Formats: sequence, C-alpha cells, structure tokens
Amino acid sequence: MSAMLNEEKNGAPISYMAEVSRATPGNCRLEMCIQCGTCGGSCPSADDMDHTPRQLFAMIRADMRDAVLASNTPWHCVSCYYCTVRCPQEIHITDIMYTLKSMAVAAGQYKKSVDADFSESFVGYVDEYGRSFELGLATRMYLRHSPLSIVKTASMGLGMLTRDRLDFSPQRIKNLDQLQSILKRAGEIEEAIA
Amino acid sequence: MSKEQNQPQDSKERIGVYVCHCGSNIAGVVDVEDVAVWAKEELGDEGVVVSRDYKFMCSSLGQEMIENDIKEQGLSRVVVAACSPHLHEATFRTACERAGLNPYLSELVSIREQVSWVHTDKEKATEKAKAMIAGGVERVIENEPLEPLRVPIHPATLVVGGGIAGIQTALEIADAGYQVYLVEREPSIGGHMAQFDKTFPTLDCAACILTPKMVSVGEHPNIELLTWSEVERVEGYVGNFSVTVRKRPRYIDTELCTGCGICWEKCPKKVIDEVFEQGLGYRTAVYTPFPQAVPKYPVIDTESCIFFDNGKCKACEKLCPTGAIDFDQKEEILLLEVGNIIIATGFDTFDARRIPEYGYGRLANVFTSVEFERMCNAAGPTNGEVVLRDGVTKPEAVGIVHCVGSRDRNYNNYCSVICCMSSLKFAHLVKERTGAEVYNFYIDMRTAYKDYDEFYQRVMEEGVLFVRGRVAEITDATRNPGEEGKLVIQVEDTLAGRQRRIPVDMAILSVGLQPPSDTKEVAHRFGISCSASGWITEKHPKLDPVATMTEGIFIAGAIQGPKDIPTSVAQGAAAAARVLGRINMGEMYLEPIRATVDPEKCSGCRICNNLCPFGAIIFHEDLMVTEINHALCQGCGTCVAACPAGAISGTGFSNEQVLSQIEGLLAYSFPKDFELVEMVPA
Amino acid sequence: MTKYLFYPGCSMQKNARSYLDSLMAIRPELDITFDEVDDWNCCGATEYWSVHQVKAHALVGRNLALAEQQANGSNTLVAGCSACYLNLAKTANYLEEDNLLREKIDDALAVGGLHFTPGSLDIRHLLDIVFNDVGLEKIRSKVVRPLTGLRVAPYYGCMIVRPDRENRYGNPEYPTALDKLLEALGATVIDFPQKTHCCSGHMTQISPEVAYELLHRLISGADRYNADLMVTLCPMCQLNLDAYQGDMNTFMDTDYHMPCLYFTQMMGLAFGHDPKELGIGKEFVDAGPALAKIGVELPEAEERPKPRPRRKKKEEGLPMPRMGDGNE
Repeated sequence: MSAMLNEEKNGAPISYMAEVSRATPGNCRLEMCIQCGTCGGSCPSADDMDHTPRQLFAMIRADMRDAVLASNTPWHCVSCYYCTVRCPQEIHITDIMYTLKSMAVAAGQYKKSVDADFSESFVGYVDEYGRSFELGLATRMYLRHSPLSIVKTASMGLGMLTRDRLDFSPQRIKNLDQLQSILKRAGEIEEAIA
Repeated sequence: MSKEQNQPQDSKERIGVYVCHCGSNIAGVVDVEDVAVWAKEELGDEGVVVSRDYKFMCSSLGQEMIENDIKEQGLSRVVVAACSPHLHEATFRTACERAGLNPYLSELVSIREQVSWVHTDKEKATEKAKAMIAGGVERVIENEPLEPLRVPIHPATLVVGGGIAGIQTALEIADAGYQVYLVEREPSIGGHMAQFDKTFPTLDCAACILTPKMVSVGEHPNIELLTWSEVERVEGYVGNFSVTVRKRPRYIDTELCTGCGICWEKCPKKVIDEVFEQGLGYRTAVYTPFPQAVPKYPVIDTESCIFFDNGKCKACEKLCPTGAIDFDQKEEILLLEVGNIIIATGFDTFDARRIPEYGYGRLANVFTSVEFERMCNAAGPTNGEVVLRDGVTKPEAVGIVHCVGSRDRNYNNYCSVICCMSSLKFAHLVKERTGAEVYNFYIDMRTAYKDYDEFYQRVMEEGVLFVRGRVAEITDATRNPGEEGKLVIQVEDTLAGRQRRIPVDMAILSVGLQPPSDTKEVAHRFGISCSASGWITEKHPKLDPVATMTEGIFIAGAIQGPKDIPTSVAQGAAAAARVLGRINMGEMYLEPIRATVDPEKCSGCRICNNLCPFGAIIFHEDLMVTEINHALCQGCGTCVAACPAGAISGTGFSNEQVLSQIEGLLAYSFPKDFELVEMVPA
Repeated sequence: MTKYLFYPGCSMQKNARSYLDSLMAIRPELDITFDEVDDWNCCGATEYWSVHQVKAHALVGRNLALAEQQANGSNTLVAGCSACYLNLAKTANYLEEDNLLREKIDDALAVGGLHFTPGSLDIRHLLDIVFNDVGLEKIRSKVVRPLTGLRVAPYYGCMIVRPDRENRYGNPEYPTALDKLLEALGATVIDFPQKTHCCSGHMTQISPEVAYELLHRLISGADRYNADLMVTLCPMCQLNLDAYQGDMNTFMDTDYHMPCLYFTQMMGLAFGHDPKELGIGKEFVDAGPALAKIGVELPEAEERPKPRPRRKKKEEGLPMPRMGDGNE
C-alpha cells in the first residue's frame, strides 16, 4: 500500500523489498535505509533476535525471502517504537515488523511456534467474541506449549482471579454479527492481494 | 495576416527570424526547417524579411549570420528561436551590438526548454514553436532601444564576520591597497578557529596559525576593525551601499587602554563563559575572551557587572593605571559608504540537548566537540588536560560519536562535512594525552580531501577502535557487570552484527554545524536569501559559490554551507578577488530592465511605495510623485502591476510589449482539433 | 464540563479495572464527562496486527466509525490504554494518508453498514487531555492531600510517546508531562532514565526470559533512585511490572518490592479520595508501605525495606551541564 509504483515495469516481478513495502500501510520508506544501525542499537530485544532489524532489512534488500520469513526477529519485536522515532531516514520500522509477522504466518514459515500461535489464538478470540479473552488465551498457550510450567503460573492466575482482575468467561459485544461480517469481508480483501 | 503580400505594410520594422536546431535538441522534436519557412511566409506582413534555420545559432558562424543580415538587409529587429534566455540572451544581444544594432532590439524565444524538451509529440511541438515565434515577433516590434546603466563602484568594502574566512578576505583586499571595514559581533576576531586546539590533518596549533593573521588585521592601515559591533541597516545598491553599524559600548576608552589586564584580574564577579568557553570555564564581568584577542581591549558585560546592577564595586576603574574605564560610554552609530559587501558570518553548532537519549545536559561526562576543543586547548579551563567533569580524573575509556544531529531527518538532514575529521582528531588527542581506550562510532567515514584519508589511517595505526554503528543511547542506567559508575554507549556494531553496550568514562558528541540562529534576519537585512536548511544561497552552487543573487553582495566561508578551514580560506580569497575586480573596473553596467514612473500620470497615491521588495522606491514629498531608483530596481514588475493609474511602465517589459506578445501567440491559428495540452502519464 | 468520547479497551474492563474506577472517581474534580463508545470492540492490541493487516485496520475501523456516529458535540476520542490509543491513532492516520488502504477499509466497513471519515476524529490519550486540557493549575487547586515526601518514578512506557505524529509530547525520548503532573500533586519526582523504556509488552506471556530482563531494567532503575513507587498510564505496563514482579524476582534472583499504580489513582489520592474507591488493593506488590508515607492507611502493611545510601554530589571541577527549559 505504499507508493512504489515505479517498481512495476511491464509485468516483471517486483523486488522483495517492494513487496514488503507495499504490504505496509502508508509510505514506510524501506528503500531509504542507509544501514546505520540505530534500530539495532535501540532495540531492547536485539540480543535475543536471530538478526538485528538492520540486518533483516539488508536481507530483504538482498531478496533473501526465505531467510527473512524464517527469522525470529519480527516475533521478538515488542513494538516499543524506539527504532521508528530514532531512524534518521524516518523509516516505519515497527510497521514493517508487523507486516513481516503477518507474511510469515501466511507463508507458514516461522521458527518459534509460540509467538505466532499466541497471536493467532488472540485473533481467534477477538473474531469470536469481539473482545479479548485472557483466561482462555493463557490456558490454551500453557496447555499447548509448556504444560509443566502451568503449575508455576497457576499461582499467578489464582492471584489474578482473587484480585478480581480476570474474567472466568469471555465478554461479548452486542453487534457481533456486524463485526464478523466486516472482518469476513476484510479477510477476503486480504486474501485477494496476497 | 494577409498571405498575398510579402512586403510589410503595418510596421516599419525589418525583422530577422533565426530558428536554431541546437543539434538534435530542438530539431529532433520540432521541424525547424518548416518553422523557418513558415515564419517568412506567414509573418511577412508583420515585418519578417529574413527567416533562416541553422544548426547552432550560438556558434560564431551562427552569430555572424545575424550580424551580416543586420548589415546587409538593414534589419531593425532580431528574433532568435533557440534555448532559454538564461543561457544565450547575452550572446545574441552582443552579436547585434557588434553589427551596430541596439542589443535590446532582439528577443530570444525559448523553443527548447519550453517546447522541444518538454513535449514528445512532434506535430504539436512544431505548432507550439510557431505560435511562440509569432508572439516573439509581435513583441519585438514594441521593443525600444535601451542603454545599460552605469554605476560607479566605491572602493571601500564591508566584511561582516571576523572568522578565518572574513579575516582572509579582509587581508587580501587590504593588501591590494583598498579600505576594508571588518565588523565582528564578538569582542575579538578569530571566530570558531580561535577556540580550537589543533587543526586536522596537519595537527597545526590553531592559535599559532591564526593569530599572525589576526595581528595583521589589527595592525593593517587599510582595515578599520569594528568589533563588539553589528550591522543595523543596509541601504543602496552595488557600488554604492550605505551601511549603518551599531558599535556597542565597551565601557573601555580604547585610546587609553594598554591591554595590561589588571581590570579582569581584579574583577570580583565571576560568571560561566557560555560563548568562548562553551560553558566549561569562567570569565569575569570585564573580560577579553582569550589572551590573544584582537583588539586587545576588554569589554564590560553589563548583565554580570556589579556596578551596572547596583552601582557598587568599580574595582576596575579604581585600579586601571591609565584611567581607561568609562562607565558612561555610549554606543556609536556609524554610517559607512562601501561599494561591495562580503558576508562571512560562519556557523553555530547543533544543540545536542535536542537528542535526550545522548544524555547531553543531564549526564556530567557527555561533552560536545567544541567543549572538548576548549578542554584540549592549553589556555582552556583545564589547561589542556583531558579530564572528567571533576576536573581531576583522567578517563580510561572515551567514546566519540559521529553524526550528532546531522544526516538525520529528525534534525538536520545534511552532512556537516567536518565532523568525521574532527572526530578522528579528537581520537588522536585523547590517545596522546591519556592513553585511554578510544572508540569512534560512525556511519560512514568521510575523509575526502588532501591528506585526510592518510590521517584516518594514522589514527587507526594509533590503536583507536572503530565501531561502525550509529549510537542509539548514552546512559548511566547500568545493566551488566563492569558498567557501574560508567557511561554506557549502546550501539549496534553493524559489521559484527550485534548490539553492544560499551562502558566509557567520557563521551564526546561531534555535533553538526548549523547556520547562526539569526541568519534569516541577517539575510533579510542585506537583501539576500537562505536555503531551506538556513545557509545563505549562493548564485550558482557549482559555478558561482561566492556570489549571491544580489549584485555587490558576496559570501565566503561556512555561511554558504558547512566546510573546513582550507575551503573557507579559498572562498575568502575568491570573494576578495571578485571584489577587487569590481573595484578595479571602477564602474559596473546594470541591466536596464527597470520600472519607470511617468511623473505626469503619478497621482501620489503611494500604493507602490511599500510593495517594492528591493526598497527601490523613493517618494518626493515636495513634488508628491514617486520615483524609482533604477540601480536598486530589479525589474520584478510588482509596482507596475499595482499602480492603479498605470503610471509605471517596465522598461523592457512594457504593457505594449507583453500584450503584443500575448496577441501574437493567440492570433496564431492552430489547426482544427488541436489540443495544446499534452497529458503527461501519471 | 467538557465532554469526550471514551474508548476503555478490553483491559480496563477487568484486569485494569482500578484504572477505570479511579478515572471515574476523579471525574468531578476534572470536570469531564466520558461518553463511552457504544458496543466498541477490541482494538487488536499487538497480536492481531501480527497476523492480519487489512483485518486489523477494519477491526479498529469499526470503533472509529462507531465513535464518529456517536459524536456528542465532541470529536475527541480518548483512550486510557497506550496500545488502544496507538492503534486508534495509527489507523485513523493511515486511513487519511493511504488511499488504497482507505478504499479497502471503506469496502469492509460498508458490509457492516458503517463508514468512517478520516480526519473526523481527534484521538488522544488520557494523560494528554488531563495535562493539556484540564491543566496543571486546575489540578493543583484540587489537591487536598499533597503527596509530599513520596518519591515517585514516572513511567510512560513506549506507545504513548512513540510514534508521536501529532507532536503532543514535545520529545518522544524525554517527555515531561507526567513528571510535571506528579509534581503538581506534591510528589518528589525522580529523573527516571528508563521512563520511556519498554515493559516488554506481551513477551511476559511468550518469552518470559526476555521479559524479565526488560522488567528488571525498569524496576532496578527506579529502585536505584530510591523511588517509593512507579506511576504508569498503561494497563499492560502495570500488569507486567506488578503481576510479574514476583516471577521476575525469582528468575533474576532479586528481591524488589516496587509497587506500581496508575496516575489516576495518584490524582485520586491527592484529591482526597478513599483508596478503596480508587481500586487500590488489587495490586500484587503491596503499595501500603509507600502510601503510609503520605498518611494513607491500607489494610495490610508490610515491613519497609531499608533505603540505599545516596550517591555523593560533586562539589568542584567544571561547571555541571544544564538541560535548559526548551525541552518539553
């Protein structure tokens, strides 16, 4: 959805960089990266990422599609936006991370399954109820991925319940049909441009 | 237009039309032969007696063609259809002049920039070219013979700004034997270079190479040095400027002062010196900014002085051996007459407080480049020792950050040119004076000029560590062992591919260069303009970097854009050469494209008076009419359009000329179904 | 009485109920009414946006369309949660900027009989309207129990100050709105270096080790400056700092007791409200000892840990650096 129309010439395939740029709302300026490393330097989770954000952009530029989608970098992004405000070229780095996450999910090519699974489960609840459902989400995640640690977290979960900070059952919005029809249509549009 | 007769009937003029091919630039799109033939046939009634086309009208042969026709065919008007007047208007005017025809009786119609270079449809382009030539022909009939204005050039020159560029330019003009007024806002000349310790790449001591020039300026019989002064107003035009200078009171009688220094030694009021010492050191209320100041006379800072606050103290007055302190001194207003002005007002530095994540202003041991220069300077607040904020401890590790506030769309988008080199210089100085571990954090290493890259290699040989990465944060919030009590520089080492946290004792921020904060007002005062980033705009960035669009006003040094000392000196010399050339000629010719008021028609309504952007309008109270100063007038046409009585006409742009051109353009019959506008693909 | 459209968000319903309760309690002093957007849905937090782009914009688009419809004489939509605020603002911004995106979202919303006109809403965070619209002077005038002697660490977190397209906070790296607000309530505000560092967001649920590291940085930072408590403005931040502090302590082998309250609760206390009214008491880390300093009694008080010695001030040497006033 960004203005990189000049990349499309005579039906020739567009670069991976153009593809990522277009899938990101607004004008994300991905092509302006001077590889200065401010993003990687600012990132609070950089130490845990396979590649720093800057490295990932270099890989995108090099058309290393598979490696990019397999990288755990976007999944470790906490959306703190430090990179975005400090980037000297005003690149919308965090938005690009969201794009890469959704592209990775769509391609089924993510390495750590917990991250993507968590997000997809969240989406499932919102689609079903119109609101998020934390107890359901937490239970599902722990049962699926770390059933042993559920004992540890059970105490915290109990703490949340006794402090009246957790719902036992999901909240629902009134016009759920309306929301669901909107999301269905949006989903169709999403499929069409993929 | 009747097609039968070829002899001109309405006009008495004999017009020659010349259509240039410009190689294939025009001929590749416009059918130039057809146009030439058409001009003779269709515009014969208007007076066209000769119509030719030629490959390169601007060549000697092309010009000769025009000259021969003028002589042999008795042409009284010439229309050349070729490139833009910006390029060759002067060429063809001169050709006419050589042949004895007044140069202003020719017109250059642009069928390149306005036709062949912007349209791709050949048929339409040809039709458009014809229409434009028709307009040109109609206009040129209305042209009047004009004479260029001559203005005398006053031999004195005003130089604004006493930094290295201003000093260089003043010395060159003065050495050639002409009077120079050098106006400087601070108490002493020297500019930023006087603050530095060493200069790259030679590591010359800045003061050692600068002060001899400063002394020459101070002693030069042809230079009148006006420090602690500012230019208030500028009136006039090239060759004849009247400049009002406000000389602020020093409260020191310069006739009596010997520069002995007892006043500042004994002055009880100490304040932080924000300007010269960049907030790292102190000065007294009566002070000279540095020991080698030129002129040597101190000034009293009335804001800090105890006497000016509550009438007490007067220690300086009591102790001055020559009685040179004069608390009653008043400011002086000087009116200077000069022929040319050179603006060399230099630069300011980027305020690093705007980047809070670097900690400048909050963390004690984060310094800027200029602060560090003062620290290294032997006459500075630490006597040249590289120490931490406590004034005593030597750092064991120092980080030097490049590109602070530069190359950044959030602050200044441009590169400040000198920071990579000065960062390398700091690295060398720190190593030399402390043996500390030194890290330079850079995005790119910009060491382009003579001996610069060799300097980079030298610094690498000295064992300085280079990290390619733009620093993300400088913080005292520790995380890992070994960081306690240190400043941590967090950065991505892009070449190693990981984030690093490097503990240091001191961080030096190489801040970018900015135009001085009041540059917009200053430019306005002189009638010149600034670019978007605030630097003063030169006449042409490639071919004319020291001139401005205003005749008689030149620029030199960093005010034109960030640059190093050798380039500033070269520009200072270049500006001086231009001025000396003008002075040597003694007079200048100005374009006679001007506005003129017909006093018979002027009702004295004065609507035009405030509209002139060049201040060229004079109102005569006694006669109740407005007059236009032709030397200042730039022919913009604002007053011409504004006058309700139509009393003002633009010479070279009269109503008759413009309207005729429009009529000629419109009267040309385009073929049926002709769409003039060509849709450009989105 | 100023009216605002209000988007509470999922967290404020239960997990961060005390944020909502304290906000409602101080409404009279602030002289504001909140008109909750009828039948709002989840904003998608960060998770939805990690999976779907168009759907996520449509999800938020519905909220924007409903808010526009409901305009009650105010076109300002206020959110208390930073993520909700960012999602609403981001979506509204992109719908205005990006024609292709707008077409798609118009299409999707139309299926539900809704339409949103970009530019019709001004989206703001709760801190923004309290600081800029209500103003410090008014707030000062309502203080009956100044928080004198209470050392607070103002914690903004990320998403409220970054990205700051409307330039509401002066500086995304060094905002001072919350600092000044807490000062106006009489508290001693520490110059907290990590005040805009990330709390790790949803990493506490996905990659706890990463999360504990980030939380440790924040809590140890506040502790180093001898803060009695941290003040926040986002439910996610509060949850992480508060509910996960125990797990963080276990993982990092530390023993911090840093309570974390909402700024609305602080305002409520300063305005003289009862702690129960403000939802205080639902925290995992007991705020009792801290609040005892200002004479507020909570049911169970704990042993207060000993304060660490202060750093020595430097007397000689070069003049200290100054920040200057132009940094808001």
